[in-house]
Amino acid sequence: MEIKSEINYSYLEYQGAPVRHEFPALHQDVFGKPLIYLDNAATTQKPWKVIHATNKYYVEMNSNIHRGVHYLSQKATDAYEISRNTIAEFINARQSKEVIFTKGTTEGINLVADCFGRYAVNEGDSVVITSLEHHSNIVPWQMLCEKRNATLKVIPIDENGEIILDEFEKLLDETVKIVAVSYVSNTLGTINPVKEIIELAHKNGSAVLIDAAQAVHHIPIDVQSLDCDFLVFSGHKMYGPTGIGVLYGKEEWLNKIPPYQGGGDMIKTVTFVKTEYNDLPFKFEAGTPHIEGAITLKAAVDFIREIGINEIARFEAGLLKYATEQVLQLPEVQIIGTAKAKASSLSLNIRGAHPYDVGVLLDKMGIAVRTGHHCTQPIMDFFCIPGTVRASFAVYNTMEEIDKFLESLRRAIKMLV
Amino acid sequence: MTINEKQDELIEEFEFLGDWMDKYEHIIEEAKELPEMDPKLKQDQYIIKGCQSKVWLFPEYKDGKLIFYADSDAIISKGLVGLIVRVLSGYTPEEIRDAELYFIDRIGLKEHLSPTRSNGLLAMVKQIKLYALALASTKKMPT
Repeated sequence: MEIKSEINYSYLEYQGAPVRHEFPALHQDVFGKPLIYLDNAATTQKPWKVIHATNKYYVEMNSNIHRGVHYLSQKATDAYEISRNTIAEFINARQSKEVIFTKGTTEGINLVADCFGRYAVNEGDSVVITSLEHHSNIVPWQMLCEKRNATLKVIPIDENGEIILDEFEKLLDETVKIVAVSYVSNTLGTINPVKEIIELAHKNGSAVLIDAAQAVHHIPIDVQSLDCDFLVFSGHKMYGPTGIGVLYGKEEWLNKIPPYQGGGDMIKTVTFVKTEYNDLPFKFEAGTPHIEGAITLKAAVDFIREIGINEIARFEAGLLKYATEQVLQLPEVQIIGTAKAKASSLSLNIRGAHPYDVGVLLDKMGIAVRTGHHCTQPIMDFFCIPGTVRASFAVYNTMEEIDKFLESLRRAIKMLV
Repeated sequence: MTINEKQDELIEEFEFLGDWMDKYEHIIEEAKELPEMDPKLKQDQYIIKGCQSKVWLFPEYKDGKLIFYADSDAIISKGLVGLIVRVLSGYTPEEIRDAELYFIDRIGLKEHLSPTRSNGLLAMVKQIKLYALALASTKKMPT
């Protein structure tokens, strides 16, 4: 899935003004320089819309949800469930009960690894992931495989950072119960061919989990058209609050697999002999949830929808294309991850300089990038590098910021090489 | 020269550096001046944990004094460890153990001392103090 880019606009608009006006945290100086925030793959800044929604929750409706008959509890419950509906619409789920609130992507993956694992993965079975995965989409499956005496199989990548689909087909056999793959690589930006992967896996009778943490705010997602069995993402990477995330699961699967945690809200009746579990989605939401986070996530989704995810995808593709072209003019720069289809993230190294050194100097020039292994050590091993410098873009970044990034990179190179 | 005199010397050097980039320029210079470390000493057991880059620190106990050799695959880390080695290497374990490192704060690198920072300046200092403490109390190098 390659996104058509348009580089003829230098910034995106929101309600008639540059979108960055909506983000108060962007308007500050660090070390005496205007902040240029290019660490969006780690987390995004929050728009006023989200900040106001958080405030509004505590000022107007703070109370526990689902069990209270009083006015405030009803109000909070309504807002919580409206948010669930909005998210279901946003990813085009058939029904809102297929949307489960979690702490984030990591919890979503752990939930599926645990519950799906208990239901479907037994001794001799296998789980397939890719070489591009974030540790959070590796370790839970490793833990599951250890527990169940199952095997973890890994789809290799090529030197561009693209999954080798032929190799994936070779891994598919009757032991493969689930395939877990990221939609977009957090380190390399590669957009994986998830549609093909899902089709191949389904033909083989395997379920598929899509880690959409780096995708949901960059490219349009339609879970019905993808036909994935599970899809997970985090609120904080999509302009929403931290500590909240979403697990989408097909109703059929969510009914089949056992609950994750026991506690309040996930039960219908409890006796000391037997507990009857609640219906979806509550079966997977034990205890008082992150109410404010779930409610506020709606504001983040609204923000994205008001601009339009297609518009965002085009704009960010333009930024990425421009940044890529610019850094390639520096002979010392080596881009790590040169897939045809990429979103948001640009990983690079300076020949003769450690990524850490580059990151420290950029920081002092007001530029926030991420350096290191980005929680993807197998990718670093594959490319035989200690880490990368990753610039990742969001709706509020501008061409001018990329120019300043380049200028600062030049200065860092001069000092280090 | 005492440890404190060395600290004062460093503070003076940094005093005239205007902005952060000048400071880092100086730290990079420091890295270049750090005596070469024997590649044979660059073993995993001498890597300081807690740094984003690899930092090796090798202690040698000779004639009652602790001497440190250090290197890093990142030049800024090498410069940082170089500053600490410059101040603390070549003293008795007791002197190193009792040294109060005020220069880090005074040259503006205090933020690097926070345990949550990934450059491991704190880990470097801790490791040196650990060698000194072990030698001062047992007269034996910890293994």
